[in-house]
Amino acid sequence: MTNAEIREEVLEILSDIAPDEDLSNLEDATPFREQLELDSMDFLDIVMELRKRHRIQIPEEEYKQLASMASTVAYLEPRMKELVRK
Amino acid sequence: MASQPNSIQPDDQRIVISGVGLAAPNGNNLAEYRAALLAGKSGVTKYEIRYVGETLAGVCTFDALRYQSKKDLRRGTRAGSVGIYCANEAIRDAGLDWAATSKAPVNKARVGIYLGVTEHGNVETENEIYLLKGYDYDTSYWSHHHNPRTVANNPAGEVALNAGVTGPHYTIGAACAAGNAGLIQGAQMLRLGDCDLALAGGVSESIHTFGIFASFKSQGALASHDDPTKASRPFDKDRNGIVVAEGGCVFVLERLTDARARGARVYGELAGYAINTDATDFVLPNPDRQAECVELALARAGLRPDQIDIVSTHATGTGQGDAQECDALRRVFAGSQKTYFNNTKSFIGHAMGAAGALELAGNLPAFDDGVCHATINVDELDPECALTTLVTREPRHIGRVDTILNNSFGMLGINSVVIIKRL
Repeated sequence: MTNAEIREEVLEILSDIAPDEDLSNLEDATPFREQLELDSMDFLDIVMELRKRHRIQIPEEEYKQLASMASTVAYLEPRMKELVRK
Repeated sequence: MASQPNSIQPDDQRIVISGVGLAAPNGNNLAEYRAALLAGKSGVTKYEIRYVGETLAGVCTFDALRYQSKKDLRRGTRAGSVGIYCANEAIRDAGLDWAATSKAPVNKARVGIYLGVTEHGNVETENEIYLLKGYDYDTSYWSHHHNPRTVANNPAGEVALNAGVTGPHYTIGAACAAGNAGLIQGAQMLRLGDCDLALAGGVSESIHTFGIFASFKSQGALASHDDPTKASRPFDKDRNGIVVAEGGCVFVLERLTDARARGARVYGELAGYAINTDATDFVLPNPDRQAECVELALARAGLRPDQIDIVSTHATGTGQGDAQECDALRRVFAGSQKTYFNNTKSFIGHAMGAAGALELAGNLPAFDDGVCHATINVDELDPECALTTLVTREPRHIGRVDTILNNSFGMLGINSVVIIKRL
């Protein structure tokens, strides 16, 4: 997957987890929590969905890498570049 | 020592119903539901669930997003969602100032939430195990939502979260007597001064667990019929079991003094109630204990059997259960010619933890219209279920209605009876 495709995957997960939110103006460099109503259970949902959809296991100490879209894509790039988007 | 009849209780110990919110398979509020009951409209449809396949169920169609965000709906349970819808409808119906826009807002720290459930957590557990199978039972795929969804207080807790209630909340596990038990618990807590307003009743998400269908089927107690609307047929000779239903009903309960002070419309007063136990079998009922439970509720209400106008029966459509309830009722009401009997499950199926509350709610409008709704699907009355004043096929005008007695019984031999009287 390209970085753009990884971003799309994360966006899809976010739209499932936060279905009431408008994600069209999401700023990649700004933390999710400053733009969206996400709590700790929601972040666990992001981790779980990455695990379920792409079999990516994220150690707990690395959860902080998922703070913003930019940091999430950067973190996932080496883990997802070999994957093909369905 | 038996408690004193309500008639001689001080007004601040008398409990009234001042709001009703409900989700039934044949109506999303009391007016719709009552109209369906008077029109003979069933809420039972074809239904499919994993492993069991095609079966029948009472399915609700309320708008869950009326009071919940999509996110809360996704995060919570069906029982929580049913409870939230019913509680908000009841609050609205009661004319309470929930949003605190007047000089008499509701103090949410003094609100208690008491919801009866037959079971809770089976739906989520089944779903998680089903999904886990796809990951070769690797429990790292088990949802972090499992525990908050399956804790036994979940439905009441979701209502509290949604409505901003900071008083007590919990569920009452009482099998299929739970709808009455929730109402009784609310009344008791009001009398104890634990809260000033109670959201009380029962909820059911049971149609979303295959286990309940499979278990009734294994027990030989799951109804089947070519025509779904005819499958739930308590008292009929050809009844062959239970139609499982989802739904909910929440009452706003207040002390009479509080209801009067705010000029509330009152549906009726809790005249008496009783809960007792068979202590004889896991599943089979005991008409001796059922009759004792009815008699205890009557004694507490200070009423004779011939002073009860409508008995809303519990009968679920099983061979033995229906006959035994009728046996108990014949013993208690033998001397009364003016007590009419009906059954709401014949329309909606068995709404489990919600059944007692929903069945009572469907009869409350009789205080205004003097009509006893029918028991549908009694094409040939089973002689063992003969009650001389059983209302079948069509609703019946019975004149002024002052009292309604509501039976609700459950597995492990729990019996509950609630008597509501005109204020």
